[in-house]
Formats: sequence, structure tokens, C-alpha cells
Amino acid sequence: MRVAKTFTVATLLCITACFLSKETNAQTDFDAIMMNKNQFCSGLMYSSSSWKNYWEGTLKRDNQNLGTVSSKSVMYMANYGITNNLNVMIGAPYVWTKASEGTLHGMNGIQDASLTVKWKPVTIKYGKSKLSLFLLGGVSTPLNNYVIDFLPLSIGLGSTNLTGRAMVDYQYKRFTVTGSASYIVRSNVKIDRTGYYDTQGRLTNEVQMPNAAQYQLRTGYRGKYLLAEALLTNWTTLGGFDITRNNMPFPSNRMNATSVGANLKYTFKFHTNLSALAGANFTIAGRNMGQSNSFSVGAFYAFYFKKTGNK
Amino acid sequence: MKKRILYGAVLITMMITIVVACSKSISGRTDDIPALQPAKSDIDAGAWKTVLLTSPTEFAVAAPAATTTPDYIAQVNEIKTWQQNLSTEEINSVKYWSAGAVLRWNEILRDLVAKHNLPPYQNADNTYPIPSATNPLAYPQFPFANPPYAARAYAYVSAAQYDALVAAYYYKKLYNRAAPYKVDATITSLIPQTDLPSYPSEDAVVAGAAVELLKLLFPGDQDYIQQKAEEHKRARIISGANVRSDIEAGEALGRAVAQKFVTRARGDRAGAAVGNQAQWTQLETDAIAKGETPWYSLDLPKRPPMLPLFGKVKTFLFDSLTAVSLRPPPPPSVKSDQMRKETEEVLDQIKNPTREKTAIVHFWADGVATYTPPGHWDAIAAEDFIKKNFSEVRWARNMALLNMSLMDAAIVCWDTKYFYFNPRPTQLNPSIKTLTGIPNFPSYISGHSTFSGAASAILGYIVPERASDYEAMASEASMSRLYGGIHYRSDCDMGLVVGKNVGNYAVLKGQADGAGN
Repeated sequence: MRVAKTFTVATLLCITACFLSKETNAQTDFDAIMMNKNQFCSGLMYSSSSWKNYWEGTLKRDNQNLGTVSSKSVMYMANYGITNNLNVMIGAPYVWTKASEGTLHGMNGIQDASLTVKWKPVTIKYGKSKLSLFLLGGVSTPLNNYVIDFLPLSIGLGSTNLTGRAMVDYQYKRFTVTGSASYIVRSNVKIDRTGYYDTQGRLTNEVQMPNAAQYQLRTGYRGKYLLAEALLTNWTTLGGFDITRNNMPFPSNRMNATSVGANLKYTFKFHTNLSALAGANFTIAGRNMGQSNSFSVGAFYAFYFKKTGNK
Repeated sequence: MKKRILYGAVLITMMITIVVACSKSISGRTDDIPALQPAKSDIDAGAWKTVLLTSPTEFAVAAPAATTTPDYIAQVNEIKTWQQNLSTEEINSVKYWSAGAVLRWNEILRDLVAKHNLPPYQNADNTYPIPSATNPLAYPQFPFANPPYAARAYAYVSAAQYDALVAAYYYKKLYNRAAPYKVDATITSLIPQTDLPSYPSEDAVVAGAAVELLKLLFPGDQDYIQQKAEEHKRARIISGANVRSDIEAGEALGRAVAQKFVTRARGDRAGAAVGNQAQWTQLETDAIAKGETPWYSLDLPKRPPMLPLFGKVKTFLFDSLTAVSLRPPPPPSVKSDQMRKETEEVLDQIKNPTREKTAIVHFWADGVATYTPPGHWDAIAAEDFIKKNFSEVRWARNMALLNMSLMDAAIVCWDTKYFYFNPRPTQLNPSIKTLTGIPNFPSYISGHSTFSGAASAILGYIVPERASDYEAMASEASMSRLYGGIHYRSDCDMGLVVGKNVGNYAVLKGQADGAGN
């Protein structure tokens, strides 16, 4: 297998990238593909996400004072194969947000850097079937003190997150099914004001961030040049509170979302170091989040540090 | 294989450690403060000048039973029984309330304001429903605790608590019944002991006054309010500070005095401050007749202006003629060169805001779902008052002076806003996008600046060593509105001046009330 084929992309590694938008398509830290030893791949991914309707608690509504809220991001990502079964990934996005109506000012800035270690400890082969187990550990943290408490236009939620994920991948010939479950420990965050009200008055600038869980199921075709998958993703915040009627959102809301999507990756035959990616994701259910549609495209280039490492 | 097991074990151990080690509980700045130990007892506070009471004896408090009577001894036994078996919850409750009655009820009120500071969602026909005091639990819940409503709520509760405490201190000195821990040495005092007579209970006075006023101000939250009051009274008995008759006499006195304030509140014209369609249209017509551009709502759908008749509400610190005399001269005409320059300045501010300026905007924003700017100044004051070890009656007096300033600042500010009815910067230049929500009322003068000017003036009198800090805070609060893109500089500058003028009336009142400083 050639290196360049093995790479797909993370859009925003941190799902909490932008309130009410969540972008989980085409993530290397969610897929079952490994870089081989001493292979390095990096590239840029552009993502665009927008929503008009959102869930205020469980009530679905629109807001004429926001119109359509959109976020765009450009993310740099890199992946390196320490061994064939141990990869390390980094990423960092620049994010822009905007509301089409109303008077609120959009925001932009560098968001969170992430580092993920991906390990494939077990692979069982049986005829044309293959079953693999993956364990992933990740950390993400803000690269500056961007504004947290200006949702839905904040560029992120500001917490430092530790993610643990277990993933199982089954492959029969070119057909694959991958399932993963993640637990995300989120640090508390500090906002610019010294008091706030969530479900009671708080005389502090510190906000307790509930942890979260994420589940993903993906299935599709894993060919030599083309990779095509359908995705079902769920993000569940383990705690937090609902936005009250006609209130503004807050970082520690109980933000949940379920989305369906598709990912495509194509490795160019004429130059297999180069690959292109595209993805789309549609939120089908949620709570305290926007019903976002998101799209992404990207291009990646692979380098071979040691030819001998390749098979 | 061994390596794999090792890696796996390390990974799992790390995850467990992270989850277990991350205790994320947060605490508020006043959660863990020590019990109030007044530097001065203020035993002569019965002679201090009141706000509405004609005399401290306007509501009679009967003489208490002697501490040798079976009735009193039975009440002492009630304390002892409680103390035999205290739960952690009860100990925590004693600790919480011992920090100060006026402080805790001010915090409770701030929470109620924040909970209710939510603008109603529109009707299907794009009009807006108005909360109803007679049906407070139906949507939109009553009240919409916006800044003028909040300022008025803080003022009434604080002033009623102050008057009730003056009367209570009068009777404390008169009857001079010692606290139960002084009468019976076998009672454990769970709070610092003082020489202040315990009949009637100052804590129950404060709770009683609050409960009575909050029936009017937050009629939909009675379960919560009553539960707090019960907890408060019980904490005082458990702690050994009061016997039941101290509590009952104090509560009755607090409620009676508060009734006088309730009567005033019912007639202070705040109930009519929402106005009606004819009055809203008239404001627009009047501005056009003056040759000016009238304010219009930047909410979508357009929302009726917030409390356009709040400027007619009855003030606490001065009469209605004085209130009108405090109204500043008009803002620069919308057509003037000056206004064009000021609008450009606002646009410049929001083009590339620095992180520091955005932090200032958000620090002072006190918008939707917050305790409002008056609540923010109460929070600032309370945290300073804690360090001063004021007696309960002095706490109440200082909170009353502050909150009467803030309410009267709201009245003068709202009178000015609707007298001139001038547009927000974004109305004149829609490319001005704001770093916080645009409040739904006219621009001139800035409410934040008026509140802050008033608060800094009276707080500078109460805590003189912090006077320059309060001035700096007021200036920053004022400028935050320009940085945020929602006010012109002249709104802010004039707001500070008007606020200071209002606050100075409270200083005069403080200088003359006999409390000294």
C-alpha cells in the first residue's frame, strides 16, 4: 500500500469548534487508516458550515436577529507514522464566524491545536476479512485566549480537552464498517465577566464544562484510489443546561447533535503523493445547537522519509 | 504482545487518572466567606433617619417575655434540641447565612433578576407579548427584569430592609434582651457572639422585608423565596443566635415595614411604564416634529421601546421637578457634523477590536440573563462591604443609598432617553456591527454610564479609600459601550455626569442620616 492513499483528513478535530456547528467529516482520528512507518503527510482543509434553525433546549426555532450563522475554517493538519501501527497527528484551524442578520459582530482567530496518538494494537485476518482494534488518545487546547462567551459567534469553547477513543474496524474485500466511541474530558473555562447565571447565580468567571461522549459509525468502499464512506455521528454532552426561552447560548449548555454525512477521498494515479478530499455533513437532531450543514474540501501531500519503510 | 498490554495498561490508567483527578467543581467568591463580625454594633441606629418610616415606632413591637419565663426556656430548649443532632446541610446553612442577612438577600435578588432578565419572544404576528403580574408563570413570565425594573427592585428591597432595621435596632436597644447564648451558657454558639440584643432578630427583619416585597416583584418565584426565608430563620435558631420569639417579632416587623414600601411601589407609576401603541407612536412623531431622526428598534421583528414611561416613576432621593432638572441638554443633532464624527468614531472602534477592549465590553455588558448593571454595582459594593465588617443595619443603609441612587439614575436616564429619542449608532450606519447586544431603547444618554456615575459617587462616599477605583471602574464601564459599538462618546460622557449628579443626592442623604461613616 502506498502512503498517499492512506491519508484522510480531520476537519476540526475538536467537535466543539463552533457553537451550534459541528464538523466531523473526514477525520483521520476517526477513521481506520494508518500511515506506515516514517511517512509524513500534511495538508490544508477548508470547511464551511452554516445553520438557520437551532434547538433552544429541545425547541427548534430560528432567530431573525441572527439569520444564518456561518463559520468557515482553514485547518492545517499533519500525520506521521512512528510505526505502522502507531501514528501521531496534529492540527490547528483558523476560524471565521458571521451572522447574516442582526447587528452582532462576527469573530475570527486561531482556535485550538490538537495532538492525537493513534495506535492499532490488534489486527486479526481471516481469509478476505480483517478486523482491527484501535485506541486513540488526544489533547486539544486553545492557542490564544479567544472570546468564549459570545455564542453563537465565538470561534470555540475554550476548554482543553482530553479524548480517549476506542475504535473497531471490519473490512471484507473493499467493504468496510468502522465504529468508534469516545469520552472527552473538558477543562473548565474562564470568561470575561465575573458573574453569570446558568441554573443559579455564579459569582465567578469560571465555568464548569461538562464532559462529553461521541459515537461514530461509518461504512463504505475502501479502494486503491477512491475511498467513499457514509457516516453517522452523535455528540452527547454529559451534563450542562438547556438554553432558556429566548436566552443566548452559553458554553456549558447541554449541546447534543446527531448528523449524517459522506466522505470522499481520491488519490491521484499520476502522482500518488497527492490526494484530494471532500465531505459533507447534515445535522438531523440536536439540543442547544444549530442544525448545521457543513462541507469541506482539502488537499494533502505525502512525503517518504525512508523508502525502506515502505512495503 | 507484552508491549501491547503495557501500552494498553498505561493508556487506561492515564484515562482513569484524568477522569478521577479532574474535580471540576467551582466556587463563588462569597461562598466561603467568614461569619459577619461587625466592627461597630451601631446600637444607636434606632435614631438614624429612615426613608419612608415616619418614626421607628410606627409599627409597634411588643415587649418580649423575660428570659426566666417558662415560655423563653422552652424556646431555648428548641435550640438545644436542634444542636444535639446537626446534619452537614444544617451546618452549611448556618455558615451560609452567618455571612450576613443583607448580603445574602441581595445575592438572592440578583439571581432572581438574572433569571428573569429575558426579553419575550415575539407572537406569530410579529407583535410582542407583555408579561403579566397577575399570571406570572405563563409565558412570557413576569417580570422581564430589565435594567430599570431591576434597579427599582434593588432599591425597594434595600430601602425597606434599611427602614425595618432602624426600627428593629430601636427596639433592640429599648428591650435589651440578650442573645440566647448569653442567657444560657450551655448553648453552643455556632456564630461569633456579639453584645447586640437579639430581640427582634435583625436577620428575620431582613428576610421578612424581602419576602413581602418579592411577592410584588417576583410573584412567580414564591416557592424559592419562601424556602430561602425558612432556611434563613431556621439557621438563626440552630446557630443559637435567636430564639423563636426573636425571629417571629423580627419577621412581623420586617413585613409590616415592607408593606409601606409595597404601597408606595404600587403607586409609583412603574406599572404604566410599558406604555401603549399610541404613546410609542407619539415619541416618534415628536422627534420628527423637532426635525430629528427618531429612534427605531434594531430588534427583528421591531420591538416596542423598553419602558418608555419609566422616566415618570417616583424617585427616592429627590422630587419630580428635580428629576426633570437633572435631564441634560440635547445630544448633537443627527444631521450635525459632530454626530457624523461620533458615528465614525464608533465604526472605527468596532473595525478591529483588540482582545483587551472586547474583554472590557463583555466584563461590563451585563445584558440578557444577567443581574444588569445595577446588580453588577451591587456585587462590586457587596464584595467591598464584606471587608468593612458593617453591622446589618449599616449594610442595609449603604445598600439602600446605593440602590436608591441606581433607581433614580434609571429614572433620570430613561426620562432623558425618551425625551430626546435619538437613534443608536447602528441605525445611522448599519455597517456598525456590535460586540454585545444593542439594548432596545434610545441612545442618549448611556444607561451604563448613568448607573456607573451614580454608583461611583455614592460608593466613593461610603468607602472613601476606594473612591478613585470606583471612578476608574465607572469610566471603564462607560467607555465599554463605545468600544462595543452601541453608544456614541457623548452618550457615555453625559451619562457619567448625570449619574454623578444623581449619586451626589445620595451622598447628601447619607451625610444627613445620622449614621456617620
